[in-house]
Amino acid sequence: MAATAPKKSKPGTAADPWRDFQHGLWQREVNVRDFIQQNYTLYEGDATFLTPATKRTRKIWDQLGKLFVEERRKGVLDVSQVPSSITAHGPGYIDRDNELIVGLQTEAPLKRAIMPNGGFRMVQTALKTYGYEPDPNVVETFTKYRKTHNNAVFDAYTADIRRCRSSHILTGLPDAYGRGRIIGDYRRVALYGVTRLIEHKKAERAALDARMSTEDIIRDREELAEQIRALQELCEMAGKYGFDISRPAATAQEAVQWLYFGYLAAVKEQNGAAMSLGRVSTFLDIYFERDLAEGRIDESRAQEIIDDFVIKLRIVRFLRTPEYDALFAGDPTWVTESIGGCGEDGRPLVTKNCFRVLQTLYNLGPAPEPNLTVLYAPRLPDQFRRFVAQVAIDTSSLQFENDEIIRRAWGDDSAIACCVSPMALGKQMQFFGARANLAKCLLYAINGGRDEVSGEQVVLPAFEPVQGEVLDFDDVLARFERTMDWLAGVYVNAMNVIHYMHDKYAYERIEMALHDYAPLRTMAFGIAGLSVVADSLSAIKHAKVRVVRDKTGLVTDYQTEGEFPVFGVNDNRVDHLATWTVSTFMEKLRKYPTYRNAVHTQSILTITSNVVYGKATGNTPDGRRQGEPFAPGANPMHGRDRYGIHASAYSVAKLPYRDAQDGISLTTSLVPTGLGRVPEDRITNLTSMLDAYFGATGFHMNINVMTRETLMDAMDHPEKYPQLTIRVSGYAVNFVRLTREQQMDVINRTFHGV
Amino acid sequence: MAEKTELQPASLEAKSPFDLRVDLGKDVPETDVRSALASGDMGFLHSFTTGSTLDGPGVRVVAWTTGCMWRCLYCHNPDTWTMRNGIPVAVVKATETLRKYRYGLRIMSGGFTISGGEPLMQDRFVVKMFRAAKEMGIHTALDTNGYLGERLTDDEIDGIDLVLLDIKAWDDEKHRHLTGREPGPTREFAKRLAARRRPVWLRFVLVPGLTDDPAEVGQIARFAGGLGNVERVDVLPFHQMGRYKWEKLGIEYKLDKVEPPTAEAVERALATFRAEGLKAY
Repeated sequence: MAATAPKKSKPGTAADPWRDFQHGLWQREVNVRDFIQQNYTLYEGDATFLTPATKRTRKIWDQLGKLFVEERRKGVLDVSQVPSSITAHGPGYIDRDNELIVGLQTEAPLKRAIMPNGGFRMVQTALKTYGYEPDPNVVETFTKYRKTHNNAVFDAYTADIRRCRSSHILTGLPDAYGRGRIIGDYRRVALYGVTRLIEHKKAERAALDARMSTEDIIRDREELAEQIRALQELCEMAGKYGFDISRPAATAQEAVQWLYFGYLAAVKEQNGAAMSLGRVSTFLDIYFERDLAEGRIDESRAQEIIDDFVIKLRIVRFLRTPEYDALFAGDPTWVTESIGGCGEDGRPLVTKNCFRVLQTLYNLGPAPEPNLTVLYAPRLPDQFRRFVAQVAIDTSSLQFENDEIIRRAWGDDSAIACCVSPMALGKQMQFFGARANLAKCLLYAINGGRDEVSGEQVVLPAFEPVQGEVLDFDDVLARFERTMDWLAGVYVNAMNVIHYMHDKYAYERIEMALHDYAPLRTMAFGIAGLSVVADSLSAIKHAKVRVVRDKTGLVTDYQTEGEFPVFGVNDNRVDHLATWTVSTFMEKLRKYPTYRNAVHTQSILTITSNVVYGKATGNTPDGRRQGEPFAPGANPMHGRDRYGIHASAYSVAKLPYRDAQDGISLTTSLVPTGLGRVPEDRITNLTSMLDAYFGATGFHMNINVMTRETLMDAMDHPEKYPQLTIRVSGYAVNFVRLTREQQMDVINRTFHGV
Repeated sequence: MAEKTELQPASLEAKSPFDLRVDLGKDVPETDVRSALASGDMGFLHSFTTGSTLDGPGVRVVAWTTGCMWRCLYCHNPDTWTMRNGIPVAVVKATETLRKYRYGLRIMSGGFTISGGEPLMQDRFVVKMFRAAKEMGIHTALDTNGYLGERLTDDEIDGIDLVLLDIKAWDDEKHRHLTGREPGPTREFAKRLAARRRPVWLRFVLVPGLTDDPAEVGQIARFAGGLGNVERVDVLPFHQMGRYKWEKLGIEYKLDKVEPPTAEAVERALATFRAEGLKAY
């Protein structure tokens, strides 16, 4: 670097989009991180500068409020049967004259589009469920002329995979719907404008002409061509709204609008399980700071723009089936926005705009979307840490992730996709893979590969089930390891098929256009039932577990004599069984090669599917009864973490991130008085707890602050609590939209403190 | 410890602090109880928890001992009255458990609280536990009714970072009715703490019809205000969550019909303490 001070661009009019920005590498290459590092203004003050919702904002939100009621009543408000794409639908508005940020997925708010490329059966089922007759032309197209991801996957599935799907040892595989969990770097649209991004992609494409046309390179060339096409369509779509986004954004309002168009293009084309936003608050703050300095806007206007943006993010909708909604609790879109964190140089990435985004939870009320996620580090500014604690207590709508761990692993421009999956923005994507039921896997190990519920032989070739009456720890452990090996093989096989076909038939053109060429790909496996497995192994090791067999010799129940330590009380005698399980299954997965040489990772996360997994799993040696829900994510089983939150968090913090790089989820429920007798103490104590958990090796924490009474009442009177938001394993849901079973599960989960 | 190994329990197993527990230490011979109490090498615990924010400053580890000489009408843990309802736990074992939390407790500006029952029924155990905590750099708090305060030497008192002192009533007759004992020793202990300038948080349970007489509350507030070492007053509204324990234990519960105090009543009590220049919550 030259020793001269960095030059400023000439001050100018809004016509010069980069006026007053610090020069940097970001101008010579597509490098949003460098732009942020050169230009952002750290804010260490408190929240008193924030402003309430304006009349304009409230008016728009109220209009939607009426539509929400109708939507809840009907299931879906309306459906467009035009197969969606970036340009398939004309412009749509809520209140054209008063919207500051525009753009809807279809021509009307909450009107859902069909996206058949992922799978047409899902579309058809959803249409029929909600009383729509599928358009015959569309049916003909997607059954006769156009193959979908879903069809293709089943062409290539093995018999093993099919058996595992039917027996629910593998569940939630993205083989009938969009895989999601890919975050386009939507900030690029605002910073560079689309023309520059197309040039960049053309250069990447041209560079491949020198490479031999192998299967890999052919696919890369075709994908790049699709990406370029998608960028052109993005420009066209924005044009219909009257914006020329071929050039960079020149004001804060434009920056938000450009960025949102990028995101909107993605949700017009992909019905992904999680359509996350990235990490935009601090990036956008640079534009807000410039506009504020120029006197172009005041604070209230800045908040208004963010409020309007967040309203748009709250009304992202996909057409899905009731079964899908039951699995994931409600109508999730996982528009995850990561807030805060620190840079590599130690400066916190906290800006005023981080506060503004959080303020939307007051201005518009609590909500599950966008999924606001704080990248937490004990060295973030005090006022920011206190503010996020306050917001968590007031709204239960925040989740927290360990910024230190994420930054060390993936750099300081990383964001969370979905719930707990960190990735470097624009440089990394994942092949999402739902999860394997390890509790069932343990039961298969005992039963020689027969399913404990159906009695069917799932593992082939069959092996000899356990002999004798009392389970022997070493014997069971060896069997469990072998069965995990088998399961890992089937699981990797399934994932390779799914993602091969997804790339082929439902490629995320616009999201990948906002990535560098050849990003790091991870293949994100997942496990469910960890605490059930750990406690079961502990029972077998430390107590005496007798098996109960049915007429066919199938072990269907267990009788346990004596005490055994359980996961969640900070006891290494069992915590090591949990860490062993995580590391062993990861090791097994790594043995099998992945599609596109993706890096194997896994998550310990269930969202709300812990209920469904539990339903499909028989009695377990830890005393859990058939059908009872598992604990969510990496949580200890309900009611067993009897020494309180410090002990239970320590148990979970022991799980090794290096073997669960896709994230480890802990959900805690607290009643307000459980955090202290005085409101001020509650903020201090919650901040302290977060400091302690993330200062240690805790990865993720959901915090629900609620009362048992509130929840019981909400079950019986959902109408009184339309906005009651609670966090479940990586995600916030609208409580009144949960099934009764899920509601009971949440309530029965440990209330720390009474 | 060596001669008492047969008393060493496997662990600090204790269900939630809100569970009823009875006879967990019934197999411990009477002579062993006595020698354990004399040496303090062993204590009887009802339960323990982590992550408490209601038993002193910050986020704390709390151990509840068994054994109490009072019979408060509103007691919500009557199963802590009898020492041998608790689990025998060796100081060494309890210290090892506490050690796991020492860094977290420091980050959370918390510490270790011994509550009960009445911890000073096991004063040697308390002293040993607190000494171990101090050696690990852990803040200590004693939640006591102060009746047995004379069992602590001045040095021992000075070694405790914070005393959470429960004052139940002022009037002698009322106090005896409420607790079964006279209030004098508690007040003596309070004065002694004041003389030694030891920090105190005063705790007062507000029970409609029993402890809410304005004159009574005023007396306690004046006394507390005059001590000069009371950093904070917690007014704890009476609740009925302990009722089932009385029923299960087969003891007559006289407060069956008593409702928790109203928000206004709590506010009035708080105002009384604040009027004496105290911080009250």
